[in-house]
Amino acid sequence: MGFHVGNPKTAVDLVQAHQVHRDVYISPEVYALEMKHVFANAWVFVGHESQTPNKGDYLATQIGNQPVIQVRHKADDIHVLLNRCPHKGTKIVIDRQGNTGKFFRCPYHAWSFKTDGCLLAIPLKKGYEGTGLEKTPNGKGMKAVGAVKNYRGFIFARLAEEGISFEEFFGDSLSSLDNMVDRSPEGRLEVVGPPLRYMHHCNWKMLVENQTDTCHPMVAHESSAGTAVKLYEEMDLPEGAPKPAAMQIIAPFMSPYEFFEGMGIRTWPNGHGHTGVHHSIHSDYSAIPGYFDAMVETYGEEKAKAILDENRHNTVYFPNIMIKGPIQQLRTFIPLAADKTIVESYIYRLVGAPDELTARTAMYNRMINAPTSIVGHDDLEMYERAQEGLHVNGLEWVNISRLLEDDENHDEEAVMNGTTERQMRNQFDAWCKFMTYDLDQQGPKE
Amino acid sequence: MSVSKDHIIDFIYEEARMLDEGRYDEWLALWLPDGHYWMPLDYKQSDPINETSLLYEDMFMLKLRVERLNGARTFSQKPKSRCHHVIQRPFVDEMNDTTFVTNTSMHYVETRLDEQQLLALTARHDLTLVDGTLRIAIKRVDILNCDAAFRNIQLLP
Repeated sequence: MGFHVGNPKTAVDLVQAHQVHRDVYISPEVYALEMKHVFANAWVFVGHESQTPNKGDYLATQIGNQPVIQVRHKADDIHVLLNRCPHKGTKIVIDRQGNTGKFFRCPYHAWSFKTDGCLLAIPLKKGYEGTGLEKTPNGKGMKAVGAVKNYRGFIFARLAEEGISFEEFFGDSLSSLDNMVDRSPEGRLEVVGPPLRYMHHCNWKMLVENQTDTCHPMVAHESSAGTAVKLYEEMDLPEGAPKPAAMQIIAPFMSPYEFFEGMGIRTWPNGHGHTGVHHSIHSDYSAIPGYFDAMVETYGEEKAKAILDENRHNTVYFPNIMIKGPIQQLRTFIPLAADKTIVESYIYRLVGAPDELTARTAMYNRMINAPTSIVGHDDLEMYERAQEGLHVNGLEWVNISRLLEDDENHDEEAVMNGTTERQMRNQFDAWCKFMTYDLDQQGPKE
Repeated sequence: MSVSKDHIIDFIYEEARMLDEGRYDEWLALWLPDGHYWMPLDYKQSDPINETSLLYEDMFMLKLRVERLNGARTFSQKPKSRCHHVIQRPFVDEMNDTTFVTNTSMHYVETRLDEQQLLALTARHDLTLVDGTLRIAIKRVDILNCDAAFRNIQLLP
């Protein structure tokens, strides 16, 4: 359309209650606005504290298109800094993680910075006397993000200096993160290994929307889950014979529509929501010996049961992550361009729980989220066909109206039929809100 | 029957050729019933169970993967991918009475539509002699750039 170039106030016109214009997926101008506004005004996931356990440990990643460093400055103090030297722009670190010792040192001209970003030293500093460098932002050190929050080990940051508070942004949606962490008998998670990294040639929002799209598994994944069920039946195993491990993970994707309708979707304000209110594809995983006992020891039987009875499937945290509490996974959909997204899929160990739980989440990760995963292949094919198909002129809107209600109010929590597209609409409601948040704090659209 | 070094090396070449030519029924028959195909995610990874791998598949998963390639509703294989292995002469690192270990460097090319990718990799085969026939117990494939972000890898290196 083009009219929204550089103007977030017109970009929100691309979103209507029942449909969104294709430019939200394919336009580089809209992508640039998202990076500048949505990803700056929202709280975005950076990393887990266990990825930087010791002083000087760092992790390099991105918030939207902004390169950032998560670094442990002191034992209980993690900072998030923009990854550029304030001098000439050189990235300070290039490896994905490491330890920088007591300070960062730019490899180009040896400007150095404390691990909170403050300028430490510049070689031949007297050459800057009288130039006013110390009065410019460049003379202060490495730029920090606007705000950082460590919530139960998960590090989130807001790029904007001013804006919505962490507590207001997430509200009651934090119950999903709480449940994931509470599943550790010690109330603590630790990252396990590097993430899977999977490159998609599609818009990041397609991936986020897919996380609560319950009308696609039995169709798009018929090739993998349907074939698994068929193979299993052909094996004709005797009663009580152990099922192949893959059956527990992949077969539930073939559950019928009624299953997904009944599982329910909950939405929270600011674009967060989850599938699996009542049950989910994770409900029927076999019990692991010793785990429940360890949980009861910590929490008592009633609370332990309540924690483990929660079967939330996918919880989307706007803008770009999804967590799976019952199996301790986090996927982050990092936007690289309007049509390019990298998906990183992490698994976590429940500290104090049996290793079999880690083995199960590792198995799920490689079966479902890997670039070598047959389930991943099913999904990527659909996203990329859509990314190409959206260029068709004359039919420029994408429908998101499934189970749309007249009086939908995304400022209120809601629980709905599990096949509603309400969570997609909720995400776009938040998209509009944070697209314009720094311009007009009164709300999203007029 | 005793197995010569040439037998073992020919077996590795033949396996690569079956994959390139899509002769999957023959390929599945090369495996022991409890065999595993492992493709680590991390450089020099030592644990296939408690860490994420790209693949760690038993015979059920490998059969599923092969079966799926020909499925009527396998949209990511419409059109089909093709692959091509260029392998160096395998090192035979261990020769015991009935168990053998090889190490093979290869370049693997996979293509579909307008995309083609090249992976440099090292395959380790743990082979077992059963009733006079070599079988694969474990195949471990280490991709040189295992830490890179990949597009789909739909066929098997």
